[in-house]
Amino acid sequence: MSRANLALLVLIISIATLPLFGGPYALRLGTIACMYAILALSWNVVGGFAGYPSFATAAFFGLGAYIGGVLLARGAPLTIAVPAAGAGSFLVAALLGAALLRLRGHYFAIASLSLIEVFRELINNATDLTGGGMGLNIPLSASAGILADAMFFFYMMWGLLLATAVMVIVVSLSKLGFGLSCIRQNETAANMVGLNTTLYKSIAFGLSACFVGAAGAVYAGWVHYIDPSDVFDILYSVKPIVMALIGGLGSPLGVTIGAFVYLGLEEVVWRNYIQIHSGVLGVLIVLLLLFLPHGLMSLRGRKLFWRVKNV
Amino acid sequence: MLAAQIVVNALVLGCLYACIAIGFSLVWGVLNVINLMHGSFIVLGAYFAWSLYQGFHIAPWYALAIAAPLFFLFGYVIQRLILNRVITAPVLVTLTLTFGLDLILNNAMIYYFKADYRKLILTPPTGSVSIAGAVVPVDRLIATAAALALTGVLYLILRRLRVGRAIVAVRLDRDAAVLMGVDVNSIYAIAFGLGTALAGCAGVLMALIFPISPLTSTAYLGKAFVVCVLGGLGSVSGALAGGILLALIEGVGSAMIGPAHAITLSFMLLIAFLILRPQGLLGRKGFE
Repeated sequence: MSRANLALLVLIISIATLPLFGGPYALRLGTIACMYAILALSWNVVGGFAGYPSFATAAFFGLGAYIGGVLLARGAPLTIAVPAAGAGSFLVAALLGAALLRLRGHYFAIASLSLIEVFRELINNATDLTGGGMGLNIPLSASAGILADAMFFFYMMWGLLLATAVMVIVVSLSKLGFGLSCIRQNETAANMVGLNTTLYKSIAFGLSACFVGAAGAVYAGWVHYIDPSDVFDILYSVKPIVMALIGGLGSPLGVTIGAFVYLGLEEVVWRNYIQIHSGVLGVLIVLLLLFLPHGLMSLRGRKLFWRVKNV
Repeated sequence: MLAAQIVVNALVLGCLYACIAIGFSLVWGVLNVINLMHGSFIVLGAYFAWSLYQGFHIAPWYALAIAAPLFFLFGYVIQRLILNRVITAPVLVTLTLTFGLDLILNNAMIYYFKADYRKLILTPPTGSVSIAGAVVPVDRLIATAAALALTGVLYLILRRLRVGRAIVAVRLDRDAAVLMGVDVNSIYAIAFGLGTALAGCAGVLMALIFPISPLTSTAYLGKAFVVCVLGGLGSVSGALAGGILLALIEGVGSAMIGPAHAITLSFMLLIAFLILRPQGLLGRKGFE
């Protein structure tokens, strides 16, 4: 295992000690941090390893939130709802992936964006099952109190993050990861030498949806109320990409750090510029892409010096 | 009777959809950039018409003449200052960048105009006429005629003017166009300016018909996606065919299975088209 992957695991394990230092606010922030890191790491499988510009994260986040939410509302426990959401998202994504991942570049981007719209409208219209536009209320899980509840969901999200990180590391070390990086570099050639690219891409798409869906289900249980415009927000698709760009595409450690940096920025912006927060977020995205297109990881040591010299 | 009304509605709406989509299609085809700001440009155009009517009582069809040059300039500047820096970057970067710019523009509109729905109400109202048993409001007819006229103007620019031929040349083969002495960067900026101007004008026309709010921008953007993919990328006639087809599908779909499912239907069709016929109805293959 490489140093960067080890550092990633150490970083994630050290987050588990957060409740020792902070109160409810830190717990809330920590839960969101874990959720963002799950989204970014998952996106990295298809966006970073395979190089497909997927904007479908929000679609599977929402799908998972609704699978989990509906099950929870019918009285199923979290231990069933969350795995069901993960498995459901994996299946749907792997099947859709077999068809959608034949598209490349702009066409794939548009198709993955449209997926959000399709899922949102389907769930909007299935009023009997999902409550449609009125949203879905999810009963509070019986527990000791607010703080215990917050602690419970923090560790739930954290466990999911750990599982995601292990999945990403295993993929990156396995034949699958090698195949995906072949696909990124030259898909036609990979196909020529006998790599089953459709299968590889489908599995990658499924894996990238699986943990996002599970995170959606935990989110639904955590906030107790979801509605289609909330969980199918296109921002859930764009944020992981921005995080990955902040940290540097392709590196699991980079995208995780990117997720935490992004959350820090977002929190500062929310706090100070509530009226114009999305505009400030837009400015951040634009500045990042124009001036730091290879992420924070590109700022290490000599490279920066080299760049300055060659301006 | 109902069938006639559905067809007439679809034709009226289809021309407007085409007008929404041609600017988007031009930018995608020529610059190879998916411009997520397109919906917000349309809403900005609608606010422009609304403000002119509220402030100076200038009717929207006259506002077109003011909006077109202003929006052209706006788009030209955005392309020159920002987009041009990443024009050769992969789709991930350009798409995310236009998303960031869209956040800024949309937030600015929410800030200045508030998120309340506004409606441009013509006084006195223009009334309605009936064609072959179908009733059409006159303001919608005017908007449709103007949308068709705008589409025609773009067609003529691309067909007849020197700069239009250069735009088409860059779209067909960028490198060959450079070798023939075309200044690609300025063509990119002009194409983006034209796309923005068309979006602004489409917005002015939308103000005649639909309520205005910054929140409607994603719906317009979605229409542009679907029309582009249905009709095929980068041709004016394709956008027109795609627009009318989308409006027909929405109309017939609404009548048969309910209006709630019309959007789902159109996006499912989009995905089906992408997989089965990515070049669209009238597009040619190979211009990814």
